[in-house]
Amino acid sequence: MAYPDMHHTAHHLPVALLLATLATTPVVASAQTLRPEFSELSFTIRQMGVPVTGQFKRFSAQIQLDPKRPTDGRVAFTIDTASAGFGAPEVDAEVPKPTWLAAANFPQARFQSGAIRSLGGGRFEVAGQLTIKGTARDVVVPVSLVQAGTRTTATGAFAIKRLAFKVGEGEWSDTSMVADEVTVRFKLALDGLSPL
Amino acid sequence: MPAPNNLQPAPAPARYGRVAISLHWLMAVGLLAMMAVGTYMAGLDLSPSKLKLYNQHKWAGVVLLLLAMLRLAWRLTHRPPAAAPMPAWQARAAGLAHGLLYVLLFAVPLAGWAYSSAAGFPVVLFGVLPLPDLLPVDKSLAAAVRPLHRIAAWTLLALIVLHAAAALKHHFIDRDGLLRRMWP
Repeated sequence: MAYPDMHHTAHHLPVALLLATLATTPVVASAQTLRPEFSELSFTIRQMGVPVTGQFKRFSAQIQLDPKRPTDGRVAFTIDTASAGFGAPEVDAEVPKPTWLAAANFPQARFQSGAIRSLGGGRFEVAGQLTIKGTARDVVVPVSLVQAGTRTTATGAFAIKRLAFKVGEGEWSDTSMVADEVTVRFKLALDGLSPL
Repeated sequence: MPAPNNLQPAPAPARYGRVAISLHWLMAVGLLAMMAVGTYMAGLDLSPSKLKLYNQHKWAGVVLLLLAMLRLAWRLTHRPPAAAPMPAWQARAAGLAHGLLYVLLFAVPLAGWAYSSAAGFPVVLFGVLPLPDLLPVDKSLAAAVRPLHRIAAWTLLALIVLHAAAALKHHFIDRDGLLRRMWP
């Protein structure tokens, strides 16, 4: 018994971990995890009638939602504006510039939910505030949830007006070139959501 | 007076018809303008005017493709005038060059359309009529297809120069009246 304390600690480490996990479990029980690798966040603009779709590559979410009690739910979404792109290098070089998303000054776009209400059949309406480029606007986001095993997939689409967020300034504010309306589409893979 | 013999082909016309001549010169002007605009717009920095030029270039390309279809159909259903007498190798070369010109009248706009599709910029004719994608949206496919439009267009320009040079040679050196068949 040269190192009784060490032996003692080592022996009880799994138990200690288990206790720690149990202790924290109630706190995170209602939180869900976004799996970005299985999720997509895209936006479609129209330039002279041509729909062009880009993607945000980096985003994260804090979601606490019990589908059976949606009014208590909260959803916060954070999008890395520098991760936006259409996959066309020349265009992608413009997107983070001050005229468009101004990624240096406004590195994140955010969505913070307000009232969440169920429309039945796994469909929800999430009202909330969307902040892009320092400008906040109220939006209502329709969300459909589909569950398979432990995975919940949330999909939806909604339209925003880019000029309300000063996205595309100066010569680019001409809506005959790039339409004001931008469609945002999402497919979010969530783990840990309780059954519908 | 002998009865007309229906098996005897009618003599070839002296000139191309009005439609063939119109299509020829309309497309000649259109194609050269498109090459000038295409080269110019590719060098511009991204701006609304660049986007506008790209869209108009695509619309004009679709119109030229339609004209090429009309022209091919017209050529296949209307007998061309006889060529001037020339050595067999020249007649063969002319036939080959004309065949390749027809191929490129289709290949150049189709390659541009295909690239636009693969790059995720579908062609919407005149900003109102969405055309089908020729290729699926795929960035690596787009990168592979991208050079084809330019290569095909430069090849077409080289053939147009050769074609015009041959026509001028027939007119000014051989003085065989060949150019008059297509002169407006």
